[in-house]
Amino acid sequence: MELLKRFAEGDLDAFEELFRQCQGDVYRWIVRIVRDPAAAEDLTVETFWRVHRAHAQFHPDGNFVAWIRRIATNLALDHLRRVRPPLPLLEDVPAKEKPDAVVQQEVRKTILRAFAELPVRLRIVVQLGLIEDESYKEIADSLGISLAAVKLRMFRGVRALRKNLDQQGVRP
Amino acid sequence: MRGDDLKDSAQGEFDKLRKRLREVFPTLRQPELRRDLWPDMLRRLERPQDRVPWFDWALLAFTVAVVIFYPALIPALLYQL
Repeated sequence: MELLKRFAEGDLDAFEELFRQCQGDVYRWIVRIVRDPAAAEDLTVETFWRVHRAHAQFHPDGNFVAWIRRIATNLALDHLRRVRPPLPLLEDVPAKEKPDAVVQQEVRKTILRAFAELPVRLRIVVQLGLIEDESYKEIADSLGISLAAVKLRMFRGVRALRKNLDQQGVRP
Repeated sequence: MRGDDLKDSAQGEFDKLRKRLREVFPTLRQPELRRDLWPDMLRRLERPQDRVPWFDWALLAFTVAVVIFYPALIPALLYQL
């Protein structure tokens, strides 16, 4: 509490301490959204810069982690909007050595394309919910939307993805 | 098909899609930060604040002028937002 109070008053040492405590968590959260380590590092710094700039607006009784995660999520979303497809992958997954490897690779490319074509606000919900296994509550808090809105976006995202894949002859 | 069957079938499709997506995008359980970002943070703090581009100011002025001189356009403007 004392640390947060000092941070809110603009103390740079307090900010550094918070930075060192939270940089790993913020980075992990962002990299799971943007799936690009270099971009995630830049966005982590940018997130803390915004946090520092807005220190006077932070109330020491407030939830610092939730606040910073919201800022990080918004920055990551802006990044995804700027960097349109092809969606970067953290690590490329090689096709398995099977007779149908070429077909598998094609299917994989189709899924990647369909996923990248989803509107960003739907894509982030599908990505965090289905791939990263985050709870709907966590997603709602980080996006600043209701639980019902998360469920709706998940439904719409899955439906759009399935429709796109169907049109390209890929059955999940 | 009964309601429960429909629900099961929808859940099955959902699970299949989840499995497919995870094959394409490996789950990032605990991606670790490879270095301390504090030096970058200090550089960012020393950099002067980004200035608002002149075009944004011009756009704002135009919007304010439209709102003042053509208030009937406000609903159309809100619709575009």
